[in-house]
Amino acid sequence: MHNIRRHLVWLAVAVLGAFALGTVALSRGESINALWVVTAALCTYLIAYRYYSLFIADKVLGLDANRKTPAHRHNDGLDYVPTDKNVLFGHHFAAIAGAGPLVGPVLAAQMGYLPGLLWVLAGVVFAGAVQDFIILFISTRRDGRSLGDLVKQEMGVVPGMIALFGTFMIMIIILAVLALIVVKALAESPWGSFTVAATIPVALFMGVYLRYIRPGRIGEVSVIGFVLLMAAIFGGQWVSQHPVWGPAFTFDGKALTWMLVGYGFVAASLPVWLLLAPRDYLSTFLKIGTIIALAIGIVVVMPTLQMPAITQFAQGNGPVWSGSLFPFLFITIACGAVSGFHALISSGTTPKMLDNERHARFIGYGGMLAESFVAVMALVAASCIEPGIYFAMNSPGALVGTTVQQAAATISGWGFVVTPEMLLQTAKDVGETTILGRTGGAPTLAVGMAHILHQVMGGQAMMAFWYHFAILFEALFILTAVDAGTRAGRFMLQDLLGSFVPALKRTDSLPANLIATALCVAAWGYFLYQGVVDPLGGINTLWPLFGISNQMLAAVALMLGVVVLFRMKRERYAWVAAAPAVWLLACTLTAGWQKIFSSDPKIGFLSHAAKYADGLANGVLIAPARTPEAMSRIVFNDRLDAALCALFIFVVLSVLVYSVKACLAARAAHRPTTQETPFEPMGAASSAAH
Amino acid sequence: MPEAGRYIARSIRQSLRLMVGLPDYDVYLTHMTATHPDRAPMSYEEFFRERLEARYGAGKGRCC
Repeated sequence: MHNIRRHLVWLAVAVLGAFALGTVALSRGESINALWVVTAALCTYLIAYRYYSLFIADKVLGLDANRKTPAHRHNDGLDYVPTDKNVLFGHHFAAIAGAGPLVGPVLAAQMGYLPGLLWVLAGVVFAGAVQDFIILFISTRRDGRSLGDLVKQEMGVVPGMIALFGTFMIMIIILAVLALIVVKALAESPWGSFTVAATIPVALFMGVYLRYIRPGRIGEVSVIGFVLLMAAIFGGQWVSQHPVWGPAFTFDGKALTWMLVGYGFVAASLPVWLLLAPRDYLSTFLKIGTIIALAIGIVVVMPTLQMPAITQFAQGNGPVWSGSLFPFLFITIACGAVSGFHALISSGTTPKMLDNERHARFIGYGGMLAESFVAVMALVAASCIEPGIYFAMNSPGALVGTTVQQAAATISGWGFVVTPEMLLQTAKDVGETTILGRTGGAPTLAVGMAHILHQVMGGQAMMAFWYHFAILFEALFILTAVDAGTRAGRFMLQDLLGSFVPALKRTDSLPANLIATALCVAAWGYFLYQGVVDPLGGINTLWPLFGISNQMLAAVALMLGVVVLFRMKRERYAWVAAAPAVWLLACTLTAGWQKIFSSDPKIGFLSHAAKYADGLANGVLIAPARTPEAMSRIVFNDRLDAALCALFIFVVLSVLVYSVKACLAARAAHRPTTQETPFEPMGAASSAAH
Repeated sequence: MPEAGRYIARSIRQSLRLMVGLPDYDVYLTHMTATHPDRAPMSYEEFFRERLEARYGAGKGRCC
């Protein structure tokens, strides 16, 4: 009796969730309130956590509360520390949440809010959270080893090397696409450019303060930094209206690209305490604070979704990105549904701090649910602004025209009524001269956030402040990622090149470091530049590459999960990891294939290249290229992107072959062949360690 | 009730510090006195520097 009553509460949650989801999915023609979306999402998470993650914990993985975790085994008070599970949850969430869950859903909103929402919910429950949870479990049972090591250990050295190389290429693409988002947000925006530039001296000041004035006082220096940042936002407003400073801080995309490349090189070469660490404090705290503020804002304001549930672009042919719903929606929203990069975090610092193996469920599965909720909020923010404004911001000028009159006419022609006055007024409201062609998701999200938050605090007059606050918050942690990512890429590159030129491997040698940093910056800088000069806005090209590679990494992580389950002799449960792996393989391989070979030049790299190559051969200039040189550059870049895509496909297929082999071998064996650290019981022995 | 409040406040504080790579210093001190009474523990400033290098020095990646 008691048992049934316990489930009754969850039944009520399930019914409420189903009702909310039904309201969201079935309303046609009338606009619905964002609270329905939030309710549907929260109920889905609760049910998935209560039942599915428990099933995975007990039946599939067999989490053992009595098994000693690496934190107890190697406790050193530094890297390996048994940590309260709520505290560790915060750490893990902060490490996985970034720009990904904020940008992907915004781009996906061109198909309407419903396809994106359904994928975010289904994806996180059956793929994303499962991946994070399983990898955290696998790594915890192997002394907290990294993904690359785990693949090497369980599948072999060759797939391990392939996975590492794939990770490096993904890193390059991520850095390029993140930097592109910043460029798109700051181009022709003196307010934004000044504010973001001001974060550099603020961070330098904080670095010196923490090193020499008040060493290690993170709390107080972060408060000081925050106050200075707010001052920088108001300063940016003053600068943007100033007759001399305004133009001085107005940059076009190319200029910003060179600045970012230079910045990336210098920042990654400076000592970490000077710039990277203090800005990381600011961006981490600002990120958590803004996510909480947005959640409160949505609940208080209860905005109505203006975007239709499904638009005509669900058929494909959308202006923001090209391609049909399958497979492209599933690679456009990566983080928030499932993200391969999380496998690196789940096999990074978190497994070294798990107090008890059973906490892996709350931190791995639960942490990813929280990130998914961030994606849902981003979707809400993008859908609560006028669809006409959404499309004006996210469509490339080559498609809708470069004046407000042209853009308004084109977009109204699609059925999203918008007037030139509305476009001008929105730009004025957020303190910009134009909102046209602000692709990349971040500015749209900023308008959405400003739309919600100004109703909570400040009113109409504060709308511009909130817009630039949101831009600053995104740019800040993207710049931190660019800096940290360049360093990480440098180490990987030194490792790879070190096999051929031993001198390059020495991370204590300044010339070796500078060469590796320069190579790394040049690599992402090249793709960034290509994206900036791309007439279709760059996001069109780079985001699918990023999505494909990130989801492929997720497939690799899930395949590792399948192999480990086979080796544990738990293959009857292997479908838990195999099903999402197969789905991701289907999406990424189809998308990869189409990106290379599709005969539609809007989708396929090779047909796009052929179109321009034909033009060159016949001596015809094809807009938007203005010179034959520009045309041959387009041809070269298209072929490079196609080659990169092919490389990703090769990486994921070879890991697939190795995992099938490993699974077959494990099946043939008569006992578990997994290579876990031997079992040691929790308890008495733990205090005697070390 | 004040007990719960203190726990929440302490957890939030610890979590915010751990987010930027700084584990609890008191826990470190307790660990050192319990298991390595023969060695002098690092001062807070040394501890802070050591953790900073460990977090960023190895060039660890961040998520998208």
